Amino acid sequence: MQAFVTRRPVWSLVIAIVVALLFWLVFAPWPAELEEVLGRKRVFLNAVFGGITLGALYFLVASGFTLIFGLMRNINLAHGSLYLLGGYLGFEISEATGSWLLAFPIVFVVVAALGVVLQNQVFSRMEGQELRQTMVTIGLSVVLADIMLWIWGGQSYTIFSPDWIAGPMTLPVIAQVRDTGEVLYLRYPAVRVAILIAAIVIGIAMWLILNRTRIGMLIRAGVDDREMLAASGVRIQFVFLAVFAFGAGLAGMAGIVGGTFQSLSPGEDTRFLLASLVVVIVGGMGSIPGAAVGALVIGLSEQLGLVYAPTYSVVFTFLIMAGVLAFRPQGLFGERR
Amino acid sequence: MAVATERKTSSVGPLWLERVPGGWWALLFVLLTAPVWANDFFLFQVMGWTFILGIIALSLMFLAGLGGMVSLLQMSVAALAGYMVAIFGTSGVTEISMGLPWWVNIPVAIVIAAIFATLVGALAVRTEGIYTIMITLAIAAAFFYFTRQNYGIFNGYSGFNLVVPPELFGVDWRRPVPFYYLTLGCAAVCYAAVVYVSRAPFGLALQGVRDNPRRMAALGYNVTAHRIAAYSFAGVIAAIGGILLVWQNAQISPGTAGIPAVIDILVIAVVGGLARPIGPFIGALIYVLLRTFSPDFLLAFGLSGERFKLIIGLGFLAVVFFSPDGVLGLWERWKERRRQAKDPLTGAGG
Repeated sequence: MQAFVTRRPVWSLVIAIVVALLFWLVFAPWPAELEEVLGRKRVFLNAVFGGITLGALYFLVASGFTLIFGLMRNINLAHGSLYLLGGYLGFEISEATGSWLLAFPIVFVVVAALGVVLQNQVFSRMEGQELRQTMVTIGLSVVLADIMLWIWGGQSYTIFSPDWIAGPMTLPVIAQVRDTGEVLYLRYPAVRVAILIAAIVIGIAMWLILNRTRIGMLIRAGVDDREMLAASGVRIQFVFLAVFAFGAGLAGMAGIVGGTFQSLSPGEDTRFLLASLVVVIVGGMGSIPGAAVGALVIGLSEQLGLVYAPTYSVVFTFLIMAGVLAFRPQGLFGERR
Repeated sequence: MAVATERKTSSVGPLWLERVPGGWWALLFVLLTAPVWANDFFLFQVMGWTFILGIIALSLMFLAGLGGMVSLLQMSVAALAGYMVAIFGTSGVTEISMGLPWWVNIPVAIVIAAIFATLVGALAVRTEGIYTIMITLAIAAAFFYFTRQNYGIFNGYSGFNLVVPPELFGVDWRRPVPFYYLTLGCAAVCYAAVVYVSRAPFGLALQGVRDNPRRMAALGYNVTAHRIAAYSFAGVIAAIGGILLVWQNAQISPGTAGIPAVIDILVIAVVGGLARPIGPFIGALIYVLLRTFSPDFLLAFGLSGERFKLIIGLGFLAVVFFSPDGVLGLWERWKERRRQAKDPLTGAGG
């Protein structure tokens, strides 16, 4: 942070101004002129919070993807299928047991086990052959997508959230000031707030594990120099298996989250695969903070675009990606290798 | 399959003719006489579609096999060319279509598609290997969503219908036999162009760039320019395939370049083999046969006909898992083994 500010003073200033402006837009009551240009503040706030929540979901999916890529150079284009599979399994489990929370550990374990099989049976046979890995995982995603279509059909499912987080809650953000001087605060679905908090907790936990623990040290060492780590006596295949299982399980859990606040249907797998691709391209391959920032940027641009330019909201995402590629091909937080 | 006609047109002297193996002549004979022994469904649906998908996959083979750049963009380029033909030519959507004559709209469509391919190529060549795949996949997805959302130019979700080839020389080119010869001719020309370019200085330099970009740069070649030029050339080929595709279906919609279609082109090129230009056509034939006949086959086993994707996916998985260089690779390895087994002198293979 300090180094970045001293190295790039202009960019730091630009970023600081943008962030400050965003904070002002969110927290301050809007003057009438601004409301004329941008419309109601409530709409803007809903878009911003929707974007942040969507970003949290994208982060859950993309962080596993970026971790797997960063450590093993494994390109897993079946990641979206793991997401959708996790969602469907979570739906079945929460329907069968009636417990939404119970679905999370079970789905995590099942999808992580599938990830272990993938790493052990598929990726370890073609280490370093990126193109072949891509092809095989594309084939796998086609097969998985069709099997899921076979089992669950083409209709869309929604996982019902439990009562204790159903319904709206009031956030300490001013949505509107009435002429009478009465202040209205923003009301927002509690599920989404829970998702946001969960994503932040998971993100911080991942960062702590990576930077403060022994296994995190092994993973970081593996990212930097795999051969040297293996030569110094670490059984690197176990580290690989653990990371792959964790990334896959995270994608599966994200499936439950996505199924709760959006819906599950065929095609969601490619949507989330593409979202994770764009997020890691923007954020930088193999970087957890990069995934977080990328997910936030993409989620916000998607939701704000949906409100202010509904026709081309999807295209914004890709324009951001193209811009990042053109000026910083390794991604915002990526390192040039 | 397209080879044969190409050999015929490019062979000027008897020396060339003698060098063409017997197999090609047989293939040429079979392909040219197909209307005699095959029915209209086979000519139009199976062979026509095979040649079209083969041409689009050929453009991917050119980029991936000779340039080392796996681009998932080719289907989008093809679809863009198809859209341009619908927009500049005639279609059922009269508010948008301009109704220009064929000798304007076809060149314009190809040029616009090639420009699009070049621009995206300029972006994609900044990256390497797996990143190229991801970026082109993402751009292909953007193209799909853009065409679906845009009603002013691309007519959104419904796209264009009634896009048919022009009636030239009094022939309705959408009737099975003329359309068969049209696609066969285009496939032959594209095949010949790829074979020619792969042996021309540009193609050789491109293969050098694929194998060792640093050394080529040191030798004074402009690596980036060669790669971008490869995207342009592949874009032209894909555009030809796209125009034929829109004529065959008589309509075009965002789904033409959806993610499944984009991945199908990759599947076709990889299953056929990326090493030689004939590979994509073999892959396309396998794909079309599976796609056309597997529903009947599945129904015979009491399964739903919708599961053909599973079959295609499993087949693709098996090919990439066991033979990274596709069906052609399998064939060549089999030939190699036979040749080695037969060696009488050493007894242990040649």
